[in-house]
Amino acid sequence: MARTVTARRKAINTAIAWTIGLLIFFPILWTILTSFKTEAEAIASPPSFLFFDWTLENYAVVQERSNYMRFLWNSVIIAVGSTILGIIIAVPAAWSMAFVPSKRTKDILLWMLSTKMLPAVGVLYPIYLIFIRMGILDSRAGLVVVLMLINLPIIVWMLYTYFKEIPGEILEAARMDGATLKSEILYVLTPMAIPGIASTVLLNIILAWNEAFWTLNLTAANAAPLTAFIASYSSPEGLFYAKLSAASTMAIAPILILGWFSQKQLVRGLTFGAVK
Amino acid sequence: MSLRNALRAATAVVTLTATGAIAETITIATVNNGDMIRMQGLTDDFTAKTGHEVEWVTLEENVLRQRVTTDITTNGGQFDIMTIGMYETPIWGANGWLVPLDDLSDNYDVDDILPAMAGGLSYDGTLYAAPFYGESSMIMYRTDLMEQAGMEMPEAPTWEFIGEAARAMTDRDNEIYGICLRGKAGWGENMAFLTAMSNAFGARFVDENWVPQYDSPEWNETLTFYLDLMNDAGPPGASNNGFNENLSLFQQGKCGMWIDATVAASFVTNPDDSTVADSVGFALAPNTGLGKNSNWLWAWALAIPAGTEKQDAAKAFIEWATSKDYIELVAENEGWANVPPGARQSLYENDNYKDVPFAQMTLESILSADPNNPTVEPVPYIGVQFAAIPEWAGLAGQVGQEMSAALAGQQTAEEALEKAQAIATEELEAAGY
Amino acid sequence: MATKASRSAARLMMAPAVILLLGWMLVPLTMTLWFSFRRYLPLRGGDQGWTGFDNYVRFVTSSAFWPAVQATLVIVGGVLIITVCLGVLLAILLDQPMWGQGIVRVLVIAPFFVMPTVSALVWKNMFMDPVNGLFAHVWRFFGAEPLSWLSEASMPSIILIVSWQWLPFATLILLTAIQSLDSEQLEAAEMDGAPKLKQFWFIILPHLSRAITIVILIQTIFLLSIFAEIFVTTGGAFGTRTLTYLIFQRVLESQNVGLGSAGGVYAIILANIVALFLMRIVGKNLDN
Repeated sequence: MARTVTARRKAINTAIAWTIGLLIFFPILWTILTSFKTEAEAIASPPSFLFFDWTLENYAVVQERSNYMRFLWNSVIIAVGSTILGIIIAVPAAWSMAFVPSKRTKDILLWMLSTKMLPAVGVLYPIYLIFIRMGILDSRAGLVVVLMLINLPIIVWMLYTYFKEIPGEILEAARMDGATLKSEILYVLTPMAIPGIASTVLLNIILAWNEAFWTLNLTAANAAPLTAFIASYSSPEGLFYAKLSAASTMAIAPILILGWFSQKQLVRGLTFGAVK
Repeated sequence: MSLRNALRAATAVVTLTATGAIAETITIATVNNGDMIRMQGLTDDFTAKTGHEVEWVTLEENVLRQRVTTDITTNGGQFDIMTIGMYETPIWGANGWLVPLDDLSDNYDVDDILPAMAGGLSYDGTLYAAPFYGESSMIMYRTDLMEQAGMEMPEAPTWEFIGEAARAMTDRDNEIYGICLRGKAGWGENMAFLTAMSNAFGARFVDENWVPQYDSPEWNETLTFYLDLMNDAGPPGASNNGFNENLSLFQQGKCGMWIDATVAASFVTNPDDSTVADSVGFALAPNTGLGKNSNWLWAWALAIPAGTEKQDAAKAFIEWATSKDYIELVAENEGWANVPPGARQSLYENDNYKDVPFAQMTLESILSADPNNPTVEPVPYIGVQFAAIPEWAGLAGQVGQEMSAALAGQQTAEEALEKAQAIATEELEAAGY
Repeated sequence: MATKASRSAARLMMAPAVILLLGWMLVPLTMTLWFSFRRYLPLRGGDQGWTGFDNYVRFVTSSAFWPAVQATLVIVGGVLIITVCLGVLLAILLDQPMWGQGIVRVLVIAPFFVMPTVSALVWKNMFMDPVNGLFAHVWRFFGAEPLSWLSEASMPSIILIVSWQWLPFATLILLTAIQSLDSEQLEAAEMDGAPKLKQFWFIILPHLSRAITIVILIQTIFLLSIFAEIFVTTGGAFGTRTLTYLIFQRVLESQNVGLGSAGGVYAIILANIVALFLMRIVGKNLDN
C-alpha cells in the first residue's frame, strides 16, 4: 500500500474495526462461554461474562448422551467426499467451458446455477423414494452424491471463473510443445489454478458441512452427521442453554478452526470472477 | 428388494443357522424428552438381558415427527421402532403400517396398561403401540403465592376462579406472572392446550358433519377468555412459549400457575432443577361447569413399523421398555418420582409410588379424559386435544399460528377465528370431506 | 481458436457434469410435475389418481399463498440490502491499514462457518428469548420492557439472523474486489482534492459493481430456499411463512404431496423469474 497514513488515523481504523469485528463475533463467543457455565449460571440475571465457575460438565453430558465422534466422522466424510467428487467432475467441465467456449457455454453455466433453485422440500418424497429403491438411505455414499450434486453448480462456476483468468497463450505454448490434453490439464493448468481450486474446495466443504435438510432427512443411525447431532439438543425439557451451547460449540468448532487456518486461501480465491 | 436388504437377509439366515438365536442391532427413533434420554442411559440392561444392541436416533419432536412420517409413508424401513404419539397410532394402524402388538408375553401383562391409554393407542380393538409414558394435563401452582394472594385452590377449580387467582398472583415488578400457558404455535403446542380448553367451554372443532366450528360463539368465548387472561397475568412473549419454555419459567419461580402436561410434575418438584420444588400444589384442569374439564390425554408410545425385518428384537425391546420391571429399574436408579408415569395401573397401586405427591392427581386427570367422547356436544372424531384424522396436524398447525398471532397482539380474537375457519374449511375440502 | 478435435474433447469433458445435473434436475422435476397433477395423500392410501389442475388452483387460491410470496421477497430483499450495504462499508474499512487486520478479518468471517440450525438456535434462545435472552437482560438493564423479538418483530428478527450469517460472505467477495482496485487511481483523485464521498461514489462503487452483482446472484440462490432459520425460530408463524415453508407445511404437515408439489412448481417459476432477472445482469457482466 503506497498511501501513507498517520498513526492517529490507523488507531481510529483499528478501534472501529475491532469493535465491529467483536460485535459480529460476539454470538459465537457467547455460545462458547455459555458452554462452560452451569445451567443455572447460563440463565442468571444479570448474566456473568467471564467470572463464573468454569465447568466442563456440559461437554461430559453431551458426550455421554451421544457419540460425538461418529457424528463428526460422518460430517467429515460427507463434506470432504462430496467436495472431492465434485471437483473431479467439475474440473474437466470448467476447463472446456473456459478454453473451448461455444455459443451455448454461458447458457449452460447459468442453467447449472438455476438447478440450485429447486426447493428441496418439494422433492423430498420423490428423492426419498428413489433412495429406498436404490437402497442407499442412511448411507454416507448416498449423501456424498446428493451434496455433490447440490454444490456442483457452484464448483463449476468458481472453477470456470479461475480458469478464465489463466491466459490461453500458456496453454497453447504447452500444446506446441506436444503436451497432450491430459497432461495439459494436469501439469500446466491445475498448478496455476491451485489457489482457485483451494478456495473452491474450502467453500464447498463449508457448504456441505452446514447443509441441514438432506443430511437430516436422508439419514438415521449410520450416516447422520453433526446437523442431526444438533437436532437432539434443541429445546429438550428443562434448562438447556448450557448443554445446547456445548453441543453447538462441538458442531461448529471443526469447521470454524479449518476456516480460520485457511482464511487466506479462502479470501484470495473467493472472487467468483468478480475481479478482473 | 435392494441389494443391501438382500445381503442383510442372507447374513441373518447364516447367523440363524449357526447359533439358533440371533443377536441383532435395532434402530430406534425417539424424541429428546427426559424420560427417553433416561431410557437410553439404561439400554445396557436390555442388551445384557437379550443380547440385542440398540442404535438411538434422538431428535427434537418436530424433526422426529417429520422424519418418521416420511419413512413410514414410503415404507423406508429405516427404523425398527418409532416413538410416536396417540395421534399417529390409530391413523397408521388403520393403514396397516404398524405391527399389531397382540402377542405380547403373559409376563408383560398387557391388561395392566391403563384402559384410556390402551384405547387411544389401538385401532379397531388392536393395540398398535405400547405406551412408554402417558399424560393428561393439570394445574400446577405455587402454594406460597396462592397463600399470599389469600386464596385457596379447590380440587376442581373453574376457569373463573383461575382467572381471579392468576390476576391476584401477578407481580410484574418481581417478574412473577399469575399464569403460564402455551402460546407457541403448533398442533402439539398451543392447539393442544386451546382445543382441550375449548372442550370445557362447550366448543368443538367440527360438528357431526365435519363442518368447522371456529366461528361458533363457544370458540369466541374460549379464545377471548384465554387472550384476556394471558394479557392480564401472563409472562411477556407468551406467544413463543411452549411446554419447555413454560417449564423453565415455572422452575425459575416466575409462574404462579401453569396448566400443562402431568409429566411436568416430576420436573417442577425435583429440587435439582427447580427453585420452587417444595411449594408446588396440584389440581384438576379447570372447567366451566359444563361437565368437561380442560385436560387432554396423550401418550408417547413405541411402535414397530410393518416394514422392519427385526420384529422379534423390536418386540423384545418394547416388552422391556414398557414393562413393570423397567419401572422398577428406573426407581432403583433414579427414585420413584422419576419413573415413567401414566401407562400402567399397577404403578398407582404400588405403595412406593403412593408417596409421590403428584401421583394421585395424575391418575385422576388421566381417568377424567375420554378421547371417544371429548366434547359437550357430539363430534365425529376421536381425540381430546386433537382429532385423529390425517389432516389435523397441518390444519391445526396453521390455525395455531393464527392463535399465536392473536396472543402476540397482531390480530383480534375475531380475526384469528375467522382465518381459522377459512383454513379449516380449505384443508378439509382439499382432503375431500 | 479451438480445433474440431478439442471441441469434441471439450464436449466429452463437460458431459459428466451436464448429465449429472440434468438428471438431478430432471428426475425430481418430472416427479414433482407428475405428483402435482395427482391426488396424492400418503396418510390416506397414497396416490388416488388424476385431479387435473386442482392442486394448482387450490395452492394459489389459498389465503396463505400471496402473503408467502411477499414474505419470501421481503426476506430475500431485506437480507440482500443489509448484506450488500454493510458489506461494502465493512470491506472498505477492512481495506484500511490497521493493527491486527488478520484477526479482525477472522472475527468478521466467522459467522459464515456456523451451520444455519445452530445460528438460529443460538439467536432464538440465547439472545432473543424475552425472559432469559441477552437482549432481554440489556433491555431490563436500561429499564425497558423486554421485547418478544420473534413474535413482535418477527420479520426483522429473521432478517437479522440471516444477514448475520451472510454478511461475511458479501464482505469477503467485496474485500477481494476492493483490494484489486488500483490505488494509483485513488491517489490521483486524492491529489486532485476530491472529497472522500466523491471518491467512493465515482471510483470505488463502479469498481465494485461486478462484485456486488455476483454477491446478489449467489446469495439470492441460497436465500430463496432458506428453511432452517424459520423452522427453528417461528415455525412460519407471525407472517414469516415463506413459499418454501408453505410447501413444507403442505407436504409434511398436511401430508398432501400433490398440493405441495404444485407449490413446488410455483416456487420454481418464482425462482426462475428472479433468476432470469438476475442472469440478465450477470450474463452481461460475464461477457466483458
